[in-house]
Amino acid sequence: MTDRFNCRRGRLRYITQKIGYVGLGLATMLVILPILWVIGTIIGRGAPAINWQFLTEMPRQGMKTGGILPAIVGTLLLVSGTALAAIPIGIGGAIYLSEYARDTWLTRTIRLAILNLASIPSVVYGLFGLGLFVLFLGFGTSILAGCLTLAIMTLPVIISAAEEALRAVPTEFRTVSASLGGSRWQGIRNIILPQALPGIITGVLLGLLRAAGETAPILFTVAAFYLPRLPKSIFDQTMALPYHLYVISTQVPGMPVTIQFGTALSLLILVLSMNTAATIVRNYFRRRRQW
Amino acid sequence: MLGFSSIGFVALIFLFLLKEGLPVFFEVKPANLLGTRWYPIFDFFGTLPLILGSILVTVTAIAIALPLGIATAVFVREVSPGWLRDILKPMIEVLAGIPSVVLGFFGMTLIAPLIRTKLGMPTGLSAFTGALILAYMALPTIISVAEDALDAVPKSYRDAGLAMGATHWQTIWRVVVPAARSGIVTAVMLGLGRAIGETMAVMMVTGNAARMPLSLDSIFRPVRTMTATIAAEMGEVAQGSTHYHALFGIGILLFLLTFLINLAAATTIFKKRRRGGLR
Repeated sequence: MTDRFNCRRGRLRYITQKIGYVGLGLATMLVILPILWVIGTIIGRGAPAINWQFLTEMPRQGMKTGGILPAIVGTLLLVSGTALAAIPIGIGGAIYLSEYARDTWLTRTIRLAILNLASIPSVVYGLFGLGLFVLFLGFGTSILAGCLTLAIMTLPVIISAAEEALRAVPTEFRTVSASLGGSRWQGIRNIILPQALPGIITGVLLGLLRAAGETAPILFTVAAFYLPRLPKSIFDQTMALPYHLYVISTQVPGMPVTIQFGTALSLLILVLSMNTAATIVRNYFRRRRQW
Repeated sequence: MLGFSSIGFVALIFLFLLKEGLPVFFEVKPANLLGTRWYPIFDFFGTLPLILGSILVTVTAIAIALPLGIATAVFVREVSPGWLRDILKPMIEVLAGIPSVVLGFFGMTLIAPLIRTKLGMPTGLSAFTGALILAYMALPTIISVAEDALDAVPKSYRDAGLAMGATHWQTIWRVVVPAARSGIVTAVMLGLGRAIGETMAVMMVTGNAARMPLSLDSIFRPVRTMTATIAAEMGEVAQGSTHYHALFGIGILLFLLTFLINLAAATTIFKKRRRGGLR
């Protein structure tokens, strides 16, 4: 009697588990399928719009025909400027945190500050950039102001990724370098940094990817509504892909849908290729690592 | 020195928000600031509808994202075979990489009309549409942090659960998930922080009507969030005007909100690290 009871309960538990797994699988599908839907739709409806002219021409007739060249160039400029400003500070900060800093209240405060920097809403970065770079320092609405704003936003991503990569290098590498008579800095420059490089590159790419796709921080610091020419100096305004997509989908009535989807696809391709590059670097070097 | 720059930047950001935003508290009476009408042209600076709008959208988003995110994290970490995990994880990372303006555009052109026609709503641009999109933007954060938390549960816990005669399913929900609880709470906090600060997607799909979301059906009506208000109006205000200061005032509020949420999330992380228990 007891045996049969146990047996039935056992089967019941087994069935519960099966149903539970199916439920979890369905929930996962609910997460994954919309992603496929979004990407599939944007590729499907945006691809017909993309051709050589679309990518290399100025927008014409209030953006309703022509290409998106200035927006593409603007975004590339912004990303490079951001990289120029954020990479040295970010990697320097990471080296300090992982190699030099001891675990004091000050270091803990720095870490907390980095965490907070990462969570500040992007629109607040925009306000800050407007207050400091555009108005207080008098850069005006310019590429310089936009790049610096984006750089500060990117910084926490780069610092935490680079620090993690540096910390992952085993202590033996440092000990051996010191035992060979190398100074601490020589060890870092010749041994630790090269070993951590793939992790750092991944982090940098992920940070810049965010900078490339963000709209709110550039709204008041650099973005031009409609500027059918290329910027001439770092004090110029410029168009940018994400802001352009926002403008043509909300501010311009009667905008052809193909151009909207084409712009969305261009932005998506840019961002996802950086994403893929980051993944490839990470996986490739993880396999080749000697430790 | 470079390490200190991050403290400097946080301080600098707060300083400039204060510099531009504090005047509003002198220029506008507190009763007006806490009022229910936001009509800056007529000097009504009631931030209440904006705050409630943000809360409504964010809470709904988390209510959608929390069960989905935890279920997905459990599925990816505990149930799915290795090859499936290798497909699912990059997909979720891709979702994290899609710019918010692209999701906003997608929500506007495809999801909003769908909600209008299928659910029979007067407009598709509503708090619900915003929450739906926000939920998917918060999901990658929730999933990856929750997954890390599950990953950190020692194998001996699982073995002990199974050895007691529990099924895998029972072990997951009665042993592993409770053990990872603090990490899961952190995941939710970080997701919340991300959702409340999101700007572009929300601005594009919530309809942007600054009204008090008090009735039961307000979830299906347009709302206006704090972030969207700043982004939509900052371009048009005169620098130094009361309206300009008021927008920076909202920025201060947002900064403090995310700061607190993050502080709460961080203390759980630090506490765990110091205890040295789970990893």
